[in-house]
Amino acid sequence: MKFVDEFREPELVIRTAEEIRRLADPSRHYRVMEVCGGHTHAIYRFGLKDLLPENIELIHGPGCPVCVLPMGRIDDGLALAQQTDVIFAAFGDMMRVPGTNGSPLEHKARGMDVRIVYSPSDALKLARTNPNKHVMFFAIGFETTAPSTALTLMRAKAEGIRNFSVFSNHVTIIPAIRAILDSPDMRLDAFIGPGHVSTVIGCRPYEWIVKDQYKPIVISGFEPLDILQSVVMLLRQLQAGEAKVENQYKRVVPWEGNRAALHALAEVFQLRPYFEWRGLGFISQSALRIRDAYAEWDSERRFEVPGVRVTDPKAAQCGEVLKGVLKPHQCKLFGRECTPEHPIGALMVSSEGSCAAYYNYEHRKTATTSRLGRTA
Amino acid sequence: MTAATRVSPVRFRDAQIEMAHGAGGKASRRLVEGLFAPLLYGAAHEPLSDAALLSINGTSLAITTDGFVVNPLRFPGGSIGELAVNGTVNDLAVSGARAQAMAVTYVLEAGLSMEVLHAEVLAMAHAAQRAGVRIVSGDTKVVEHGKADGMYITTTGIGSLIRGVNINSNSVRPGDKVLLSGPIGDHGITILLARGDLDFKTELRSDTRSVLPLVEALVAAAGPGIRWMRDPTRGGVATSLNELARDCRLGVVLDEDQIPMHDAVRGACELLGLDPLHIANEGQFLVVVAPEYSDAAINALNLSAGGENACAIGTICMEPLGSVLVTTSYGGRRIVDMLVGDPLPRIC
Repeated sequence: MKFVDEFREPELVIRTAEEIRRLADPSRHYRVMEVCGGHTHAIYRFGLKDLLPENIELIHGPGCPVCVLPMGRIDDGLALAQQTDVIFAAFGDMMRVPGTNGSPLEHKARGMDVRIVYSPSDALKLARTNPNKHVMFFAIGFETTAPSTALTLMRAKAEGIRNFSVFSNHVTIIPAIRAILDSPDMRLDAFIGPGHVSTVIGCRPYEWIVKDQYKPIVISGFEPLDILQSVVMLLRQLQAGEAKVENQYKRVVPWEGNRAALHALAEVFQLRPYFEWRGLGFISQSALRIRDAYAEWDSERRFEVPGVRVTDPKAAQCGEVLKGVLKPHQCKLFGRECTPEHPIGALMVSSEGSCAAYYNYEHRKTATTSRLGRTA
Repeated sequence: MTAATRVSPVRFRDAQIEMAHGAGGKASRRLVEGLFAPLLYGAAHEPLSDAALLSINGTSLAITTDGFVVNPLRFPGGSIGELAVNGTVNDLAVSGARAQAMAVTYVLEAGLSMEVLHAEVLAMAHAAQRAGVRIVSGDTKVVEHGKADGMYITTTGIGSLIRGVNINSNSVRPGDKVLLSGPIGDHGITILLARGDLDFKTELRSDTRSVLPLVEALVAAAGPGIRWMRDPTRGGVATSLNELARDCRLGVVLDEDQIPMHDAVRGACELLGLDPLHIANEGQFLVVVAPEYSDAAINALNLSAGGENACAIGTICMEPLGSVLVTTSYGGRRIVDMLVGDPLPRIC
C-alpha cells in the first residue's frame, strides 16, 4: 500500500535499528518521551521496543486526548444529554470511556440517544436530519481535531442551524509538555514530538523547550521507520551536545503549520484561563473555549452544566502513568481491577492510552515467558 | 454423569446486556460460558465450538444455530438471506460436517416491503441450492414497526459428518501450522462502509459464501492432519485464534506479512485505527494442520475455486501460553487479544 509500505520496509527498519545501537552510548541511559498517544500506539503495535537497545527507555507522554479528560467532564457531558430530545454525538474514541455512572456506550444501552460520528461535520449533518432534536457534539482532541470543530461551528452559524451545539474539551499540547517538564520527578533527555498536532501548529512553538530546557525534540511521523529515524536524529543531537527542534515528518508537517487551520481556531476558540487535566491537575491556558460570537452553539452556555468534579479512585495511579513517572504495569490496579473490559481510568480505554496499548500488545509477552520459565 | 454434578457455577455478573455481549469477543464469551452454558448445558469448561456433535440411536450428526441481525439488509456482495444460509453451512463445515437440512425463523417488522422480503427469500433459496442444503422447516413472527431493523433471520442446520476428519482443539500440538483460506476483513469493512457514514469508495464486496467445497477438498487431501477449524466471523481471526490458544493451552505465533488482505481493507483499517485481525469474515476459515500435511493442505486449497490465496500464516508454539503473538519481518512483536466490545473507529 502506497505511503505505508515504504515506511515499514523490513530491511530499512533493521538497518535503522542497527544505526540506533551504534549511536547509543552503552554507558548512558536515555529517557525519551513520546508525547503523542498515536506514537505510543504505534510503538506497541509495531513492537518497536523489541528493536531498541535496553538503555533507550521510551516514556509515554500525555498526548492522548481521551486519557487526559477528567471524569467530571464526561459526567457533565452525559448529564446534558440526559435531557429529552438531545442526541449525544462523539468520536468512537469516547464511547467506552467511563463516567461515574458508566460510559457513553453504557448510557446508550440504557436508552440514551448516543451516536458515533467520524467528524464534527457528521454531527452537524445529524442536526440537519433531526430538526426536532438537539445534537450535542462532545468535542475532544488537541490542535489536531480542533480546527474541524471550528470549521463546523462556522458552518452551523453561517447556515443558521440552531439545534446544534459543541461541548468543547479541546486542549492544547504545549502547556501540557511544559507542565511535565516542570514536574520535579521527571528526568527526560529528549522528546519525540507530536506529528498530527504539528501539522496544525507547526514546529516553531516547540522552540521554547530547546531554549528553556535544552532538550532536543524531533517531530515524528507514525510509521516504524519514522519513529526509529526520529530516535536516530535525537541520539545524534545528544551525542553532539545539541538541542534543537528538528522535523522528521516533513512530508506532512510544514515548519510554519497550517495557516488556514490556525485561522479557523482563532476565529472560533479562545484559551480558557485554566482547565483540569486528569493526573496533571489544573494547567493554565491549556484548553479552548468557544468565543462569545458563537455562544449560541456552545453547549456549556446553552445548557445548565452541573460542573461535576470527580476525584479518581485513590488506588488508580493514572496521573503518574500519564506523566511517565510509572510504567502502566507498575500501577497497583493494572491487569487486575483495571482491564480494557472493565477500565477504571481512560488510559485503559483508548487504544492510544498507554495502559491499553501495554495491556493489549505487550504485557503477556513477558508475563507468559516468565510463567513458563517457572513451571517448565 | 448426573445432572447434579454437571451444573457449573454461573459466573456472569454484568449488570445489563450491552452491544459488546453480541460482538463475538470477550463479553460474548463471558455471557456464553458464564450463564448460558452452565445453566443450559452444564459443562462450561468444555471447549465450545461452532456446532455440537451428537449421536442419536447410533447415527452421528452435527447441529448448529445462528441468528442474523445485519444493517443494512443488502450490501455489496451479499444480503442477510445469503448470510443466513452460508453462516450455518459454514459453522457445520468447520466442525467437519456437511449441511443436510435447515430450519429458518423470520422475525419481520410490520411495514417491511414485500419486494425486500421476496428478494431475501430468493437469496436464501439460491444460497441453499448452491450449498446443497434443503430448507425443510420454518416459522414466522411479525413485530411492531421500528423493532427489528426490517428483518431478523435465524437458521438452524443439521449435518452429516464428513469422513476422514476429526476436529478437536485438544489434538493441537506445538509445531502445527495455522492456515487461512483467503483475504481477511472484506465482510466487516464492506458492512461498515455500506452503512454510509463514511465517504469511502471501494470495490470491496462481502466474502459471504459456503466454504464447504474448500473444506471437502482440504479433507480429501490432508484429512488425517487436520486438528482444528473455525470460521472467523464476528471478532475476526484474532478472537478465533485466542479461543484456540486458550482451549489448547498453547500459543499461536502469526507472521503478519503472510496474512492475506485486500489493500482496501488495510487502508480502511489504517485510517480508522482498526485491527484487521478483529474484523468479521463470512467466507473464510482457519485450519490448524500437522506440519507434515501443511503443503498438501495448502495445495488442495490453492487448486480449489476461491482458495487461490490460501496460505500458512503462523505456527502453534509452547508460548505465549494461551495468547496470540504477531511477529513482523523486521523483528517487532505484539500480542493480539480477543476483541473487546465492538470495533470502534479511532479519530482523534
